[in-house]
Amino acid sequence: MMKYCLRAGLLLALLLVSACHRGLDPVAFQADGRPPRLSDWHVVEVRGGKLVLNEGVVPYDLNTPLFTDYAHKLRTIWMPKGVSAKYDATDTFDFPVGTIISKTFYYPKTANGKFSDVARTYDSSRDFAGEGLDLANVHLVETRILVRREAGWAAIPYVWKDDQSDAELARTGAVIPLTLVADAGEREDFNYVVPDESQCSSCHAQDWVTRKIHPIGPKARHLNRDYHYADGPENQLAHLMKVGYLTGAPAPAEAPRNANWMDTHASLDARARAYLDINCGHCHNPKGAANTTGLTLDVSAPEDRHLGICKPPVAAGRGTGDHLFDIVPGVPNDSILPYRMDSADPGVMMPELGRSTVHREGVALIKAWIAAQSGGCVAIH
Amino acid sequence: MRKTHLAVIIPFLLAACSSQQAPTQSSTDASFEAKLQQQLLDAKPGSVIEIPAGHYHLQRGLSLRTDGVTIRGAGKDQTVLSFKGQVVGPEGLLVNANDFTIEDLALEDTKGDALKINQGKNITIRGVRVEWTGGPKTTNGAYGLYPVKTQNVLVEDSVVIGASDAGIYVGQSNNIVVRRNHAEYNVAGIEIENSVNADVYDNTATHNTGGILVFNMPNLSQAGHSSRVFKNQVFDNNTDNFAAKGAAVASVPRGAGVVVNSNDKVEIFDNDIADHKTANVIISSYFSTNYYNTKGVAADYNPYPKGIFIYDNRFKGGGDSPDGIKLKTLKTAVFGINGKFPDILWDGYVDQRTLVNGLPPDGERFCIQNGDVGVINADGPHDYKNPSTDTKPYQCTLPKLSPVVLDPEPKA
Repeated sequence: MMKYCLRAGLLLALLLVSACHRGLDPVAFQADGRPPRLSDWHVVEVRGGKLVLNEGVVPYDLNTPLFTDYAHKLRTIWMPKGVSAKYDATDTFDFPVGTIISKTFYYPKTANGKFSDVARTYDSSRDFAGEGLDLANVHLVETRILVRREAGWAAIPYVWKDDQSDAELARTGAVIPLTLVADAGEREDFNYVVPDESQCSSCHAQDWVTRKIHPIGPKARHLNRDYHYADGPENQLAHLMKVGYLTGAPAPAEAPRNANWMDTHASLDARARAYLDINCGHCHNPKGAANTTGLTLDVSAPEDRHLGICKPPVAAGRGTGDHLFDIVPGVPNDSILPYRMDSADPGVMMPELGRSTVHREGVALIKAWIAAQSGGCVAIH
Repeated sequence: MRKTHLAVIIPFLLAACSSQQAPTQSSTDASFEAKLQQQLLDAKPGSVIEIPAGHYHLQRGLSLRTDGVTIRGAGKDQTVLSFKGQVVGPEGLLVNANDFTIEDLALEDTKGDALKINQGKNITIRGVRVEWTGGPKTTNGAYGLYPVKTQNVLVEDSVVIGASDAGIYVGQSNNIVVRRNHAEYNVAGIEIENSVNADVYDNTATHNTGGILVFNMPNLSQAGHSSRVFKNQVFDNNTDNFAAKGAAVASVPRGAGVVVNSNDKVEIFDNDIADHKTANVIISSYFSTNYYNTKGVAADYNPYPKGIFIYDNRFKGGGDSPDGIKLKTLKTAVFGINGKFPDILWDGYVDQRTLVNGLPPDGERFCIQNGDVGVINADGPHDYKNPSTDTKPYQCTLPKLSPVVLDPEPKA
């Protein structure tokens, strides 16, 4: 698995040095409004059968990413000249006005060539050609733009046209029927859901009193990892400092770092906490939408009832699955947390938005983590 | 007048819904859905989104994040948003905004909660019907009308049917009026939880598992207190509990009229409470829910109900067939096979550390001024071994709570 990631990184690196932005107008910060097409931003655009990055558009990855129905993601960041983000050890960096972050969701195509069939795979080795995402091999679904304006961040969703030439503004989101096809041929129909603008805020507003939205990924602990840039692997924090997009970051070794959830060299606990942090912590934090539940799943939550250990649910409704506690140490099958992760029923599943399928490997990780805990929960009367 | 009106409407609705057909998504509905989502995105403070009469099917949950918006239908039986084919949820409508009003429409068959208002002040819900049309089922959504972490909240003239948790559920909120609503075939008809200053009056709660609940759960942002439950019609809440286990209301026995669990300063007066097979009123502690454990509950959580005042209610019937083997055995042991529980059932948990001469301090007592109404202290702490029907410990009064004043008053 790691081999594939590495290879993808190397290939992607090529596009950064090459003149991949040939023929592209400069990146266009849009101070207000919602341009009708993704290409109006000139951040990522289709050229010669590839989705290419414009000059100054820097790709990045996260130690542990959010699960979105097995979609692969190309994340980029761009800033105007002469400004940079301020480092923060815990929260999203303080980005300057003009910053544009893009996230393109796509799938590798399947061998049968059917457009609505997409591969369920972690293998990204075929995704990239020298100058970008190779449209011969991938199916682009949506690109989300987060733009930092004077008034704050705005989230603007775009859905790719079937001819893959451009993506169009989709403020009200979309429901796209697709079929996940595993290597062994197993098929799973699902509705890929593009959130509407307001639903974007559900995840990106991590404080439900101020309701201000922020990017989730660009935090020190998610970015603190190597990326294979054109001139070799480099830590992403160090690279962002080098290109002038970031100020104030300490040496990578001094910055927090979440585990890669798939890295079996990391501890089970670190992997599980990183997984819960990125998938749940944007709502389940002390200020977030889910603070009504008393359940806190960001990486700073203490390992006690706040994290769900022996904690009775508050408003889970039928999401309890007839279980009494969020986590019963040692007994994943009696725990509400993996029960809700293991469902794709909108009335049961968690997270509520952002997926329509079950992340099997994620469920397995959380179950293993709970199984390794000792204790149990004994009710007292 | 109002009650007569509801009594006529409700049977009509039930009849109408029993012959439902499986709806299909029409192109008209799809364009309606997109338009409504767009209106919610475009709303500005002061916007009024009018939804004309019609029965609309939606695939996706709606959300609103702009202050000062009113959503208005043509009537709770005329404008129907049906989420029967919902693929994206879980809510029907999720609101994160202040100064929000919703009125005169219906939300049907949402996968999860029907109307959730999470965080906001000055919230008015008026004349809204929420219904799960297939009758009471565990697979129904949890909450019907669900303001949580809200301030200055009015829920009135609304109808909620079939919630698998609570029909009207106001949680972690302050300054609340819930009046003239009708709740039936929910697990909990109306529930006030971890909330401060709530007036619940002129409501009808019937055919739920429990009629009107005032609860405090552990681990939340605030402890609730100061609720008044008065002038309600609470009768025949004997529907089998269909909540998923683990939900707080799953511990409510079938046949419960008004239930106070772990909450403080609750007044129950001038209600008509009748024909509940377990008991017309139940006062209990979190210990009786079976969820209490030392690891999962914050150490500063107070599980004991304190300062409960019951007076001048009209009780009738009930207590004849309590739910659960423990309560059944208790009833038979104390009152015989053909006997019945008295109107008030107390589980008997009391904070021993605070007792003064065997009684809680003034202001924290459990007081009853309700004629010759009977009480049973079930002796829950000793597994029901030494129940008592002595009413002397409850012969006291408590200072009455002030009425809730909504400020600002909602616009009519």
